[in-house]
Amino acid sequence: MSVTVERVKKHAGIKKSRSKWSKLRSQKALMAMSIPFVVYVIIFAYLPLYGWMMAFQNYKLGSAMLDNEWVGLANFRELFQDENFTRVIRNTLAMSLINLVFGFVSSIGLALMLNEVRKIIFKRIVQTVSYLPHFLSWVVAANLIMNVLSIDGAVNKVLVSLHIIKEPIMWLSEQHYFWWIIGASNVWKEIGWSAIIYLAAMTTIDPSLYEAASIDGAGRFRKIRHITLPGIRSIIVILLIMNIGHILDAGFEQQYLLQTPMVVDYSETIDIFVLKYGINLSRFSFATAAGIFKTVISVVLLLAANRMAKRMGQERLF
Amino acid sequence: MTTTTLSRSKRSAADLLFDLCNTVFLLALLVLTLYPVLNTLAVSFNQAQDTVRDSTFLWPREFTTLNYSTLFQDGLIYHAFFISVARTLLGTISSVFCTAMLAYTLSRKDYVLRGPISFIFIFTMYFSGGLIPTYMLIKNLHLYGTFWVYVIPGLIGAFNLIVMRSFMEGLPESLAESAQIDGATHFSIFMRIILPLSLPVIATIALFVAVGQWNSWFDTFLYNSSNINLSTLQYELMKKLQSANMSVGGTAESAFASSKNIQANIVTPASIRAAITVVATVPIIIVYPFLQKYFVTGLTLGGVKE
Repeated sequence: MSVTVERVKKHAGIKKSRSKWSKLRSQKALMAMSIPFVVYVIIFAYLPLYGWMMAFQNYKLGSAMLDNEWVGLANFRELFQDENFTRVIRNTLAMSLINLVFGFVSSIGLALMLNEVRKIIFKRIVQTVSYLPHFLSWVVAANLIMNVLSIDGAVNKVLVSLHIIKEPIMWLSEQHYFWWIIGASNVWKEIGWSAIIYLAAMTTIDPSLYEAASIDGAGRFRKIRHITLPGIRSIIVILLIMNIGHILDAGFEQQYLLQTPMVVDYSETIDIFVLKYGINLSRFSFATAAGIFKTVISVVLLLAANRMAKRMGQERLF
Repeated sequence: MTTTTLSRSKRSAADLLFDLCNTVFLLALLVLTLYPVLNTLAVSFNQAQDTVRDSTFLWPREFTTLNYSTLFQDGLIYHAFFISVARTLLGTISSVFCTAMLAYTLSRKDYVLRGPISFIFIFTMYFSGGLIPTYMLIKNLHLYGTFWVYVIPGLIGAFNLIVMRSFMEGLPESLAESAQIDGATHFSIFMRIILPLSLPVIATIALFVAVGQWNSWFDTFLYNSSNINLSTLQYELMKKLQSANMSVGGTAESAFASSKNIQANIVTPASIRAAITVVATVPIIIVYPFLQKYFVTGLTLGGVKE
């Protein structure tokens, strides 16, 4: 032990790194508790990146990865010329944007309304019920949505009895409704859950601001507009920026579970495309290329968003 | 005196209107959220032929438990229920334990590898190999077609790890230090001090993981669809849903329509689907009130980023 110390003193220049090593040696227990998980994550999260090579090959099932014919960017070229793929990108972006706008507006709206409720019990009941769908699986949710939207389901009954439509509509068989049904069901499922974070932000607003405003004669709407909304502005911005990285994640489950053969042109997202070509049609190279495209675009968007957040003086993401 | 009462009454009139509108909106939201759930419950308890004639509203018109007894005559559902429970229990316990243990090491500020390991995990939040390479990996690891594919790939999630780590960093450091002076190893500090103190965050993460496990069907679909013994409840429900979607009408009606012709058929695919939906939902509804107090904490903790 003392020998090491002497040595460290002699080579003062490398003292730091050496002490780091000796420190590491003394942290065997911590290493034993963490290194296995590093191995785990390398296998399950990083090793699949090796599979990216498939995208540049003509991969044949069952062959060793390096034995395959290299084709360069041919798969990507084919991908961008594929009419299906451009349509899939259109669908993904459309549904993503609808979800983004609907999701933000509805959850901020709900948070504002809940914030104005005076009766604590009522507030708690509404909150408890509005979180509930978040905990249901999309399979269950899709079932419920299908029931409500069926020919003799509640939506048709209400609309017919209000004379808004003359005849019941087959909602899930009409291409043009599909995006909006996805948007609406997303709101239904997540509105309560995403409102939590805004409500939490609202509790940090200084109550004296509201008192001062009411002395000045501000009504409830003015207080919402000039105090509550500016008070949660930073959290809105940060969530908006975080969502940019997920713009190509329109979702997979909703579309996959709710789609019918009649709406395929409007329901397929990139993820469904990858599943269909990769697993069902065994075109591994082609599907992997589509997957890589999605990941790369997402990462680029995320880095850009992160930079934007930094520039705007907001808390950055990483 | 008079002016203050006047302004107060004036204010309360506008306020009253505002509150009224607000309450009406929120009540409408309650109805919209609950109606689909209650309606499905009613369908599941309503006599199937009666549902075909006219859809139920909130209450079964002709009460029957036949849909459920027919469902459970099929032994597959029992088995699927068992697999769902098993994966939820095993998956949640192992994931929470491993995540907590790793989070403990990363919460030690003097740990040399703290930075690099955190980075390796956080990176996975934004980056993944994608569906096909992961599928090939699972095949190559011989996890394909086994029960373990439900447990092992989801053992540690980066988001949960960060939430746990930031909670543990908030615990007083002197606790672990004094235990260390008394000769406790890191593992026993973790087991005896940190784990019990982290109960709120553990409950939150356990809830997230358990709900994810219970609700998941995609891994069954991808890796275990050929092995009926490993089927889960959500996957069975998903298969019923898909068969309804793919049939002629494309919507639930086709299922009704086809059964209309067969008078001997006393249950319809739609009523069976309603029954499975209820079975797949009940466990969540049961645990929901107990865990509700935790998840608000969890979500706000998740907002803490470093």
